[in-house]
Amino acid sequence: MTDLEKLLGEYRLVLGLEIHLHLKTKTKMFCYCDAKIYDSAPNSHTCPVCLGLPGALPIPNFEAVRKTQLLGLALGCSLNEHTRFDRKHYSYPDLPKGYQISQYQQPFCESGFIELSSGQKADIERIHLEEDTAKSMHKVDKTLIDFNKSGMPLVEIVTKPTFKTIDDAVEFSKRIQDAIRILGIADGDMEKGQMRLEANISLRTTEMEREGKIPTYKVEIKNINSFKFMEKAVKAEIIRQRGLLENGSQPIQENRGYDEDKNLTISQRGKEDAHDYRYFPEPDIPPMVFDEDYFEQLREELPELPSKIKTRLVSEYSLSVKNADFLTKGQGLELLNRFEELCSNNLEPEKVANLLINKQEYRELSSQDFIKKMQETNSKSIDSADLDEIIKSVVQENSGVVSQYKLGKISVIEFLVGQVMKKSKGTADALVVRDLLIGRLK
Amino acid sequence: MNNTKNTNYLTLLDSITKLKSGEISSTQLVEDCFSQIERFDPELKAFIYLQKATALKEAELADKKIKNQGVGAFSTQPLLGIPYACKDNFSTLGVQTTASSSILKNYIPPFESTVTKKLKDAGAIMLGKTNMDAFAHGSSTENSDFFPTKNPWDKTRVPGGSSGGSAVAVASNMCIFAIGSETAGSIRGPAVWCGVTGLKPTYGRVSRYGVVAMASSTDSPGLITKSVMDSAQVLSLIAGKDEFDATTSPEKPSDYFSQILDFNIKGMKIGIPKSYFTLELEDGVRLSVEGAIKKLEDLGATIVEIDLLDPKYSIGVYTILQRSEVSSNLARLDGIRYGGPRTQFGFEAKKRMMLGAYVLSAGYYDQYYAKAQKVRTLILEDFNNAYKKVDVILGPTMPGIAPELGAADASPLFGELADILQEPSSIAGLCAVTVPCGFSQGLPVGFQLIGNYFDENKVLGISYVYQQHTDFHTKFPTMGEK
Repeated sequence: MTDLEKLLGEYRLVLGLEIHLHLKTKTKMFCYCDAKIYDSAPNSHTCPVCLGLPGALPIPNFEAVRKTQLLGLALGCSLNEHTRFDRKHYSYPDLPKGYQISQYQQPFCESGFIELSSGQKADIERIHLEEDTAKSMHKVDKTLIDFNKSGMPLVEIVTKPTFKTIDDAVEFSKRIQDAIRILGIADGDMEKGQMRLEANISLRTTEMEREGKIPTYKVEIKNINSFKFMEKAVKAEIIRQRGLLENGSQPIQENRGYDEDKNLTISQRGKEDAHDYRYFPEPDIPPMVFDEDYFEQLREELPELPSKIKTRLVSEYSLSVKNADFLTKGQGLELLNRFEELCSNNLEPEKVANLLINKQEYRELSSQDFIKKMQETNSKSIDSADLDEIIKSVVQENSGVVSQYKLGKISVIEFLVGQVMKKSKGTADALVVRDLLIGRLK
Repeated sequence: MNNTKNTNYLTLLDSITKLKSGEISSTQLVEDCFSQIERFDPELKAFIYLQKATALKEAELADKKIKNQGVGAFSTQPLLGIPYACKDNFSTLGVQTTASSSILKNYIPPFESTVTKKLKDAGAIMLGKTNMDAFAHGSSTENSDFFPTKNPWDKTRVPGGSSGGSAVAVASNMCIFAIGSETAGSIRGPAVWCGVTGLKPTYGRVSRYGVVAMASSTDSPGLITKSVMDSAQVLSLIAGKDEFDATTSPEKPSDYFSQILDFNIKGMKIGIPKSYFTLELEDGVRLSVEGAIKKLEDLGATIVEIDLLDPKYSIGVYTILQRSEVSSNLARLDGIRYGGPRTQFGFEAKKRMMLGAYVLSAGYYDQYYAKAQKVRTLILEDFNNAYKKVDVILGPTMPGIAPELGAADASPLFGELADILQEPSSIAGLCAVTVPCGFSQGLPVGFQLIGNYFDENKVLGISYVYQQHTDFHTKFPTMGEK
């Protein structure tokens, strides 16, 4: 039983995500202000439009629109030919117009998905584009507002209540990060606030899950700025909701914030303030119509995406699935180009991948030096039959350690690896040795 | 009044001609406008802000330019040295822009509207900012949070609104021309009641950038002038695509002025909508407008009776859409940024915001807003069909003459009823010109020509020919003078 299953008890998790991303564009979403706002002096990147002055009008940034549509294509969405912006009204000091220009009824992209390693398909409901708000800084006796962030292009990816585990939700978010980086449309640096998560959480019974029923309520946790934070917040919320459900009461639909110190979620808005955003079509921006030719152009522009690259690495380079997976996820993506470049020198792909992935010192080498060093090591490297012999003898000589390992003290494997390396005088590859040892001790 | 008439009485075209010939100077124009203002405005109250020193300084510079460069100075700056009046909802860099509202009383914009920038670039000199119904909410200029403006033909009457200050400034010769804005009747209304020419361009023909928004989907900046020629001249300079207004049309503006100079009215089909004449019209209005139709027919136009939807449907549609947009557009005046608290909003603004918020609320949106948009589409189609048969549509601009001050208080939908003949074309975003065509009970009456999208040439052309053969537009109120 996993930790999560223990927490859930009789219940099952229903989790949906809203992911906000700052797009990487030259200018802001609806004005000509420079969008390089990070690390700049407060209010240095503003104009009448993003300050919401009377008479100022929004001009849609079609670079942002195109990038949103590319993301939609990458995530298997269908793109809407007829789309528009809407006004979403609410009153807050960091929202200078009293409304946010967003998309309500006709978003740019709808219904996509990502396949997760758990085999689950994560369903995306929609992807739309909107403007970010300004940033409030609360001091003891006053609140300061920095409008640099006001009007930054913000993409929102909304999933269906599609996740059954937190791990799946985290993996989904990481796949989104990979996709935006490959597309070059956003950096998704969570520390800089370029990617923010909101989780919609509810619990259902196993019976409801079988029948595919979704609970009638959901609790939204806002401002999640790291995956760790998400995990802790969702867990805390599960405990709270389970407590309520077991006492026979239904959690109310509301927004809650996670207090890390207390490890509790706290209600942010009561039912009585439930918002009516009074959406209506933004009259300052004409509705947009895109045709199939344009979408076709976008499709051609679409770079190869991680899942495709992975398949290609396996088929084209006969790379192991494990290494192909590594090179098409997270940090591994940074090594991908280097890998393909090196392989073009007629090197053995699996070995190149192993060196790049496992040996930091190889990553910094020029192609020439890489090849040289690889060949030197190759010439020195031990014959696999010899290595087998050494492993055999080390296992025999260290029966005490071996039995500890078999009883579950897995860490002792490193000692055995050390012994083999010693006997091979460093000509063996520690990782290969480790794998071989684990295989033998099974 | 004699032949040493002051220069402020000149039309725009005459002013330019005389500036070019050196017969008059810009300084003289500005000074004459100010002496007229100083003499009559304390009572008429067309202006809420005046900048005499700045205007005179600019006039001096203009005169220098004309002296140095001669007539050539006008090729890059066609309005060089011409004084104009600006409705106070156009943002003017460093100059108060209140939209006649208390809540913006101390607001000084850090940017210039596209229209005033274009006028500045063309050499025009802004004399001051004119009074209006606060946020353009109204049809009498009595809804100004500061004071009402009076009609120069009869000071006990309203000038119409919301661009009342601009219309009065033109009618009383306090300026050479004025700019206004129309959402539904705000240019045509005051222009007709003050006996001057008003041009409401096609929606998207002139940039809204920097104009304090009323109803974004119908707001159209436009002109109030002493003649159709003057409107055509300025329109060529302010029309066109603006990188700061996504709703401006990429359609290239014409040189309206030279287009209408040799306009051929013969064969032009003028549609007369029956539904616009079955309304209760004031007798003098009916007579004058019928006279104008006859005149146009004599001049060679073909008069065709057409069917258009009853304009009463437009009142409902317009009221819902405009209130919705108002409630949204005024949300930015949140009581945090512009000095005053939201309690400073006038009664009319509060009423409109509440109604707008209501019709946009969950559960009511489909019933009101969505339905109104559907009817709007029908109205558009209705016009579309009409323009398959005729070139322009003619009707009275207002069903009646200027009412007495205070009349609006008696009717909560005063504006909507007064503007009934302008609302359909505003909702549809069409262009229109109103020109004076007579008097009733001593007060001016006018007719309007409504043109298809970007057909400014036709409405300007036909009304230009009309003014060539009539003199109603040359009549000005005496304002107690002999």
